[in-house]
Formats: sequence, C-alpha cells, structure tokens
Amino acid sequence: MLTIAGQEIRSRLLIGTGKFSSPRVMAEAIAASGSQMVTVALRRVDLNDPGDDIMSVLDREKYMFLPNTSGARDAVEAIRLARMARASGGGEWLKLEVTPDPRTLLPDPVETLKATEVLVAEGFKVLPYMNADPILALKLQDAGAAAVMPLGSPIGTNQGILTRFQVAIIIDQARVPVIVDAGLGAPSHAAEAMEMGADAVLVNTAVAVAVDPVRMARAFALAVEAGREAFEAGLGRRRGEAEASSPESGLGFLK
Amino acid sequence: MPEFAELSECVYGCDPAGVDEVLHKERLSLEDLGVLLSPEAGERLPAMAERSAGITAARFGRTIQIYAPLYLSSFCGNRCLYCGFSAENKIERRVLSLEEAEQEALILAGRGIDHLLLVAGEAPARMGVEYLANLAERLRGSFASLSIEVQPLSEDEYRRLFLAGITSVAVYQETYDRKVYEKVHLSGPKSDMAYRLATPARVAGAGMREVGIGALLGLADWRLEGLALGMHLAWLRHRFWRTALTVSFPRMRPAAGGFAPMVNVGERELAQLIFALRIFDPDVGLVLSTREEARLRDGMIGLGPTRYSAGSCTAPGGYSEPGRDGEQFAIGDLRTIDEVCSAIRERDFDPVLKDWDPVFQQMQGGEKVAA
Repeated sequence: MLTIAGQEIRSRLLIGTGKFSSPRVMAEAIAASGSQMVTVALRRVDLNDPGDDIMSVLDREKYMFLPNTSGARDAVEAIRLARMARASGGGEWLKLEVTPDPRTLLPDPVETLKATEVLVAEGFKVLPYMNADPILALKLQDAGAAAVMPLGSPIGTNQGILTRFQVAIIIDQARVPVIVDAGLGAPSHAAEAMEMGADAVLVNTAVAVAVDPVRMARAFALAVEAGREAFEAGLGRRRGEAEASSPESGLGFLK
Repeated sequence: MPEFAELSECVYGCDPAGVDEVLHKERLSLEDLGVLLSPEAGERLPAMAERSAGITAARFGRTIQIYAPLYLSSFCGNRCLYCGFSAENKIERRVLSLEEAEQEALILAGRGIDHLLLVAGEAPARMGVEYLANLAERLRGSFASLSIEVQPLSEDEYRRLFLAGITSVAVYQETYDRKVYEKVHLSGPKSDMAYRLATPARVAGAGMREVGIGALLGLADWRLEGLALGMHLAWLRHRFWRTALTVSFPRMRPAAGGFAPMVNVGERELAQLIFALRIFDPDVGLVLSTREEARLRDGMIGLGPTRYSAGSCTAPGGYSEPGRDGEQFAIGDLRTIDEVCSAIRERDFDPVLKDWDPVFQQMQGGEKVAA
C-alpha cells in the first residue's frame, strides 16, 4: 500500500486528465486504470463550477484530486494559483509545476524549491514535479515535500526513462514516495519505473492519445502492478558494483 | 531577415528523396523546413499529414482550443490594398465605447467563450493603450485570457497592458517580402516594415505569455513566406524562451476594396504550409480561423491546428447587432460556437473552452511570496 502524507492509496498509477478526446473518454479511461489519484490543471478546470466539463464527470467520492499549477512560470505564480485553488475548495494537496519554458515544459529547480518551502509552511501537501536531480530531490524532501516527482523524459515525449541513472539514485535516497512523472509512453516504461523501486508513476499523454485510451489505461494498470510485484519479489538489482548474492555468502569459515 | 529572393534556393530545386529523409528526422533545421515547403514535398502531402498529426497528438492531445474575436474599432489610418478597414475604403466605421465593448464581450461569454481576442484597426487617437488597459481591467475577471490584435506598440505599452490583464498579442507581418510589403502598404504607420517586424520581440520582451505571428496568404510566394515564418519563429524561440508562440494562417478573403489576391494559395498549399510548420516546430500553437470554410476546418482537425476561432463577426458591434455593415472581411465558417464545438466532438476531439486562468496575472508586482 502506498502512503503519501499519511494518506493510503491502493493504486500506484496516477492519471492526468489533459489531452483526452472528451471528458467521457477521460472518465472511462481513468476508471479502467483503477487509479485513485488524478491530476487536474487549475488553468483548465473551474473548481467552483459543478458543471465543469472535467470535474463533473469524475466522482469526488471515488477519486482524490491533485490540482496542478501547470502554466506557472515562477514561484509567485505557482503560489498564487495554489492559494486560489485552496480558497476554491481544492484542499491542501498540490502537484507543483513550475515550467518557465512553454516549449519543453521542463521544471525550474530554483523556483520549484522556493515555492515548495512557502507552500509547505502554509500547510499544503506538496508533490513537486522536478527534473531527475538527486540533490534537488533531497532538498525538496528537506523542505517538506510530501513526495518527489522526477521526470522520466520531458512531458509528452513518450521517450521513457531517459533519466534512469538519476532516478535510481533518487529512489535509493528517498525518504518520501518517488513518483516517476512525464515521458512514460508505453506500459513497459511504467513497469520499468516500478521494477526500479519507484513508489508510483503518473501517466497522461500515452493514455489520452492512444487509439483506445480505455484499453491503454488498463494496460498501464497491469504494467504498474507487474512492475511493483517484480520489485517486491526481489528482482535482481543491476548496479555499477559487485554484490554478493547474500550477505554471508562465502564467509561460512568465519567463527 | 534576408531578402525574400535569397530564400528561394532553400525551397526550389529539392531532391525528392530528401523529402522522405526530412520526414523521418527528429529535429529539423531551417533548411529542412525549406524542403518541406518545396513543390516536391507537396507530392508527399499524405505522409506530411501523418507526421504532423502524430506530433500534434503527442504535444497537444486530442484537443482544439476555442476563442472568438471581438472587433472594437474599424477606424484605421493605414492605406493597405488588401484590407477592408483601409483608410480609403468607404465603409461604415465605428469605435465601441468601453460600455459597448463590455456588452459585446459578455455576449460572447454567455455563448461559452473564455478566450477572447480584441481586434482593432490602427487609429491610436480613437483607441489607444489607455482604452485597451481600461477594457482589459473591466473584462479580466470574466475571461480565462485576453489577447489583442491591434497596432504595434512599444515595449513599455505592452508591459502596461500585461499588468492590466492582457495575456497575449497577435501581430501579423502580412508579408515578409519587402518589395511586396512596400507595394501593398501605401501609407500610414504600417508602411514601416522594420518596426512591425520587430514587434513580436517587443511583445516578448514585455513579458507577455504568448505572441502570435503570421503572414497574410495571397500577397507573395507562400512557400517563401512559410520559410520566413520559420526563421522568425526560430529567432524568437532562441531569444525569448519563456514566451509561447503561435502561428496563424490567414488566407485572403473578400473584403471592401475588392483587392484580388496577388498569389493563389489553394487548400492543398495551405495544408502543406501548416504541416511543414508543425513538423518544424512541434510545440508551436497553430491557429485556423473562421476565414476558412467549415469543410476545410473540420477536415484539418487533428492534423496540425490547435486553435480555432468560432462564431466570429468582424464588424464592431456585430454580436449585439447581427448583420451590421462594416466588417473587415467576409467570414468563411458561419457556424455558431456550439456548432463548431459539436463538429470537433464528432471527430473525437475535445473543444477546450478554458485553458488559462486570470489568476496567473493578478496582483503583479510587489506581491509577497513569503508565507
């Protein structure tokens, strides 16, 4: 069972709500994914409007909403958006995205850390989207982030985990859940992240733009489950150093 | 920007085999864009469409953002051969008062429009920065985003409008061909080509979220316009990495003055231009307005464009009083906003009415970040 900021979450697959062909298809895909936590862009939804096309098709009893600050260029904008979301009944949970380059949507490490410090102090449960920088992950944890969300590759690229080496270090060092976010273009990518020991993955584009988003969501759910199962079953780790198969191996002669 | 004629060799005389090679490239150079704009690439339109569609889906998903224009003023001090608002045309002219403009905007809001484009001819004495700032302050709470398509302004003026709530600016060069530019812009501030060409940089320098560029198709060789647009895009990307960019593809429409296009740009040519720019720049927003007919716009859904206007009227006051005279040009897609949205949904795409939030631009300056 995954626990983030004291909240138990059964599914290790988080789904984004953007890019779908319709709210209905989005809702069906999310249902098929078994996900309990979905991200919604604050720029895209109106939390106060019961008729909002996205919010109205998702059962608030069934799903945990993780509002994101997509579009924020700096800490000031992200903080302002977060406060607005909370004032609109969006709660304390927040996926922090600070992406000053509208082309690559790569996260700004300096502004992300700054915003995390402020928002944690204001009582938010902050899950920052970040580049796969192990030192930044440590600093974000120190600042009180509820989880860290390193990218596999830039948003929407479907390139998989190009940052594998750094993500592995982040997982090794983590004191909070590690959710691999962005760039996961195939179920095998999600399985790979889970096999590495990531606590969860977040997927959007690969599901939303699939020919059959509902089946693709199911495929990702199976992949995440298989990857996690493999990790827990003790998948042989591939590291850059020799490891004995057991700590006592070959030392039986010692008294 | 090089002289137009110098661009020819990048576009004409390509090796047909080079087209397929470019279509399989991960990252394209300006030379590659030239190949995609070539007559030889026109023979590979289905392959271009497929590549363009794939890139568009990955980057933008199955969505089309919807906006509507609001024409504020048809007064204009420029004499431009192709434009219905040209100073010498005998049309009924009007500038909306702030109250009238707000009323028009609220009609569009009532129809579901959340992204509004404010448009005006160039007559600063009647409708200058003060007017636009006041209108933005009135409207900013009612719309997700406010854009302008008005006369070129200074960087300081753009900064002022950004603080007032304007999110983005569209400023079309009309043509990058200097000779043609001089021929069709007879007098008025718009006849200064260099000032207009430098405008998108001033917009970006002022911190606007987005700048839109474009060429009026029908004035000069569209292939070379496309390459010039690509150069302009690349230059802006290089210098203003924080600014989102869009390209619009206005083809000439019937307008007062009866100006006939100097160059014919057919639908296949328009499609090739759109696909080429999408493949060249996967992240650029591509706008296809109601200048184009419903059939073409419906067919292009998913193939490259990411933003459609809908339910447009190009005469100031036209939403309150349908059928008003004094339009800038004749609309090609006469459907209502709901009809456009339905057509998008029928093609398994989501018409996105809101994809921004005015909160991004509230309380700029002096804001406390501390907890």
